[in-house]
Amino acid sequence: MYNIGAILKKQIKDTLKNKTVLIQFIMFPVLTLLMNNAIKIEGMPENFFVNLFATMYIGMAPLTSVAAIIAEEKEKNTLRVLMMSNVKPYEYLLGVGIYVWISCMVGAGVICIAGNYDLRTSGIFMAIMAVGILASLLMGAAIGTWSKNQMMATSVTVPVMMVFAFVPMLSLFNTTIEKIAKFIYSEQISRMLNQVGDLRIEISDICIMVINMLLFVGLFTFAYKKVGLDA
Amino acid sequence: MSYVIEAENISHSFAERQVLNQISFKVEQGEVFGLLGPSGAGKTTLIKILTGQLRQDGGSARILNVDSKMLSGAEHRQIGMMMDNFGLYERLSVYDNLAFYADICHVPQSAIEGTLESVGLHQAKRTAVSKLSKGMKNRLSLARALMQEAKILFLDEPTSGLDPATTREIHTILREQKERGTTIFLTTHNMYEAESLCDHVALLSKGSIIEYGNPSEICRKYNHLNRLQITLKSGEMISLENGSASAAAVKKYLEQELLETIHSTEPTLENVFIELTGGGLD
Repeated sequence: MYNIGAILKKQIKDTLKNKTVLIQFIMFPVLTLLMNNAIKIEGMPENFFVNLFATMYIGMAPLTSVAAIIAEEKEKNTLRVLMMSNVKPYEYLLGVGIYVWISCMVGAGVICIAGNYDLRTSGIFMAIMAVGILASLLMGAAIGTWSKNQMMATSVTVPVMMVFAFVPMLSLFNTTIEKIAKFIYSEQISRMLNQVGDLRIEISDICIMVINMLLFVGLFTFAYKKVGLDA
Repeated sequence: MSYVIEAENISHSFAERQVLNQISFKVEQGEVFGLLGPSGAGKTTLIKILTGQLRQDGGSARILNVDSKMLSGAEHRQIGMMMDNFGLYERLSVYDNLAFYADICHVPQSAIEGTLESVGLHQAKRTAVSKLSKGMKNRLSLARALMQEAKILFLDEPTSGLDPATTREIHTILREQKERGTTIFLTTHNMYEAESLCDHVALLSKGSIIEYGNPSEICRKYNHLNRLQITLKSGEMISLENGSASAAAVKKYLEQELLETIHSTEPTLENVFIELTGGGLD
């Protein structure tokens, strides 16, 4: 626990000076606040921008930031020094994971405020965001662990992020994409967010989320066993 | 005899290429041991094996009487490392870097100021690491290794690419550590560094140790000419046998104040390395 706390503390100091990661946490919450208040078009679904940017936020921020943090530590050899300083791999991953999750949840809180929900709906909204951020975070950890450096992480993260962040939006316009997208966790999250005031979750939805998560855990385990945390 | 580092027949290959071949040596507590060899000789690979970062294909390595493959947190806390690539957090300040490692290594935060003072970085403690020169980063990396008051320091090329003044400062710090009884294992291709700091050196070439011993003894062993080279004030150079037969001639030059310089033909470690391998240390 002590090492996890130290990593959390270091990560907070580091991110305040790391614009690349910081912008991931800030961009979508700020965009949501601006767009939701600035653009009001007749016939537009309620909280359209809140749901759209919340889905994009889940698909992008945790995934890119956790992959970038791990890949940078591998590239700069700081991770090797940590392992030599008796930090266990699980302590490091938990430290970074908890930090990214909390940071993203703060951003999710801002998006939730923009949605102007009542207390019960806000709770459901935050719970959906928490699950979505966790799924994305697992995928990001797999990519960061697999990558030897930041460039490799970026080249893998971008296409993966495009799929998870944009497919739910594209599925609004194309039925074929919609049929495929329903098996992706971000589409499930998007659908749940759209129904947040009157949420009905079916067994199949839970199964899709669980399968997605297990798949990401499997990918992470594979990357960890194949490459490890030492670049 | 108390040995804190023991290597026995260590061999290792990367794909088809054998980088270490039957490496054996022992390092006593409080000793400065130098592993001398050109780039690509296998020095960093050997450090990684000794510190448990890499598993060797054959042989065994023991640190503080524990197999290097089984090093636990307790042993890691007694090992300080300074790697050739710094492993520092570039965006964080000098102080914050040490504060983080102090947390990780369970070192009290009060130790940071003293450590920064000892490596001459106290003035720069609020500076971001990205703004430091290579020499300052080297010193910070050394400070991180020193902070935990480790029993063994593994230093990979500690003065590589540094100016003479910074190199001298680092040598002074290492001598102070030796006086405190710290065992130092350093890799270098700087023969002066090895000769001036090390109690024992091993010359590594193409993955094998080709010579081992005290630097002065090695140099004397390869002093095949065993002569004296004299330069007179007139510029004339004279070579004499290094023995009693030359005493009268040397006395004469001294009495007549004709002598400019006098040297033995004892080779440097670099000369020995060249003689044994046909190649240099760079």
